[in-house]
Amino acid sequence: MHPAFQGLITIALGVGGCVAYFYFANQALDRVLFPARGPNAGRNINRANMIRPWVFLFPALFVLCLYLAYPVVETLRLSLTDRDAGDAFVGLANYQQMASEPKFWEAIRNNILWLIVVPAASTALGLLAAQLTDRIAWGNIAKSLIFMPMAISFVGAAVIWRLIYDVRPDEADQIGLLNAIVTALGGDAQAWLTIPFWNNFFLMIVLIWIQTGFAMVILSAALRGIPEETIEAAIVDGAGPLRIFFSIKVPQIYPTIIVVWTTITLLVLKIFDIVFAMTNGQWETQVLANYMYDKLFRANDWGVGSAAAMVIMVLVTPILIWNVRQVRREMR
Amino acid sequence: MANLKLTDVEKTYGGTVTVLSDINLEIETGELIVFVGPSGCGKSTLLRMVAGLEKITGGTLEIDGVRVNDVPPSERGIAMVFQSYALYPHMTVYDNMAFALKIAGASRAEIDEKVRAAAEKLQLTNFLDRLPKALSGGQRQRVAIGRSIVRDPKVYLFDEPLSNLDAALRVATRIEIAQLKEQMPDSTMIYVTHDQVEAMTLASRIVVLAGGGIAQVGSPLELYERPNSTFVAQFIGSPAMNLLAGRIVGTGKVTTLELPEGGGTITSHYPSKPEDKGAEVKVGIRPEDMVEAGDDRFAYRGEVEITEALGEVTLLYFRKSAPGHDPVIGKLPGIHKGLRGQEVKLTAAPEKVHVFRDGVSLLHRDAGVFVPGVQPH
Repeated sequence: MHPAFQGLITIALGVGGCVAYFYFANQALDRVLFPARGPNAGRNINRANMIRPWVFLFPALFVLCLYLAYPVVETLRLSLTDRDAGDAFVGLANYQQMASEPKFWEAIRNNILWLIVVPAASTALGLLAAQLTDRIAWGNIAKSLIFMPMAISFVGAAVIWRLIYDVRPDEADQIGLLNAIVTALGGDAQAWLTIPFWNNFFLMIVLIWIQTGFAMVILSAALRGIPEETIEAAIVDGAGPLRIFFSIKVPQIYPTIIVVWTTITLLVLKIFDIVFAMTNGQWETQVLANYMYDKLFRANDWGVGSAAAMVIMVLVTPILIWNVRQVRREMR
Repeated sequence: MANLKLTDVEKTYGGTVTVLSDINLEIETGELIVFVGPSGCGKSTLLRMVAGLEKITGGTLEIDGVRVNDVPPSERGIAMVFQSYALYPHMTVYDNMAFALKIAGASRAEIDEKVRAAAEKLQLTNFLDRLPKALSGGQRQRVAIGRSIVRDPKVYLFDEPLSNLDAALRVATRIEIAQLKEQMPDSTMIYVTHDQVEAMTLASRIVVLAGGGIAQVGSPLELYERPNSTFVAQFIGSPAMNLLAGRIVGTGKVTTLELPEGGGTITSHYPSKPEDKGAEVKVGIRPEDMVEAGDDRFAYRGEVEITEALGEVTLLYFRKSAPGHDPVIGKLPGIHKGLRGQEVKLTAAPEKVHVFRDGVSLLHRDAGVFVPGVQPH
């Protein structure tokens, strides 16, 4: 059979199966388990309504447990055992080994750099773009352009930017945009991605380029939600544009800024694709997620790989909780 | 502490849509001027033009004799109180009031002194550390007023400041504003409202705006007793003044009229010219000026369709003379039972009877009255 047909059949079965599950589960609840007739009709209706949400939520909860909760437990187990020694419990040995590797500390340092730079830069640039494009006629076109990188996959963006940073031997024409500009201005072509320390920032630019659009869209909506009269009151009070922006507008959208900031922070903690596709952690650009991937799937070291995964999870969790709290507070 | 002068002020949008035109108005120091008018008449726009939040597209605005058309709002010496209070939600009451002073570069001691004085005046001293969301509507409005007071402006602008408050609070705050005005007799205030009770109680002069122009300017009682057009006559007063079709039959120092609609005759204290004899006019009588009349001297006779007994007064709604006409309304003091469905005869004292020819009062017909092409309600 043609693979396309197989795909279509799979989709039909999957969607049909979902619909069928909800339909028949509902029927079974109302007709068989707690029928709305007989002497206990009223009690049955109440009971059916209490159970119904759980019946409907069951598939999602089940899949979440299977693919999210179980892997956490399993990864924790793997990080505390040695697979080659027949799953023997080794305590914190894997963590000790990881801590003794300079690559791990390099990844930690780089992740911290990413954490400091990318959320701040994306949020700041997004806020700037939101404010500047708000009242101009072609603002929407500018917004579309800034938002467009959001539609590109991280790997795709990495490929684009690797071409921008591309370097050729001195005799050849430079096809990389950055080197083309540098040589046109009389400088020497550089192998940008191999310059230790600074190459981290060249990688970060890719993610900032992608995330600025996200920050801009959310913050632009928040800026429009500010009551116009508070801004007019500030104008009457004598505030200039900068003061209105920083003293009146930004404080009023502060909760949204926090949500954008933490959302990008979560993304940065998990950053993998861009580093994987551009340098693969060479030239001192390693990050935690790529380190984990290296250990798990290249070195086949399940213990240290899982330990790295646990470190990432422990770092992400508090920010995630804060993020969810902020989102909830804002929805109120 | 300033006078304002508006000369031929005009507001157009995109050069095609004219919202206001030929606005000529002089406001003296210490006056409390109220702009009233039906919704969409441009009263808020005019206020925002004085504030500098809307561009003046024609004419000049002078404050203290200085043309301020192109002066930014903060340098015009005005302060504005907004309908929705427009408090800065992230600042405490204290910081809300201090904001303008901080921008102006006042010293800490000076800011503290002014804020506390304003808070004292508005009974906000206990709330200085609170955020606006922890205040009631009335308190928020007082903070908004306090924010104006600390700046010690030449002109206070109020944009429907009471319309977000509930009825009881509105009365209380209205009285507070009146008292505030008394404490600051030299400050000039412009107050926009659509509520004529606010206009009548607060204003030293009322400006009735309608149809893109000024219909009439005058003290509240002047507008009530001597409206210059049927528009102002029906806009001021509630229920609105009855307008009955009439014909002038006697002229001179007083005018005698026949009322075909009600079948009677009446005398008005409005003088008329000999050439008015036979003219078709509108006779205006306020519901509260209607009194019961005997068989011989009634002005209006009709069947009462509905009565509303309010205790202190009884409202009589007469059967409409034709579909689409407003019903004639009488407001009789005290309680009158059993009038529903009855024929009732009414008249009014000559000094309570207004006469309008082509929409303009006979008292004002040589004054070039602007008659708005819109309905008052």
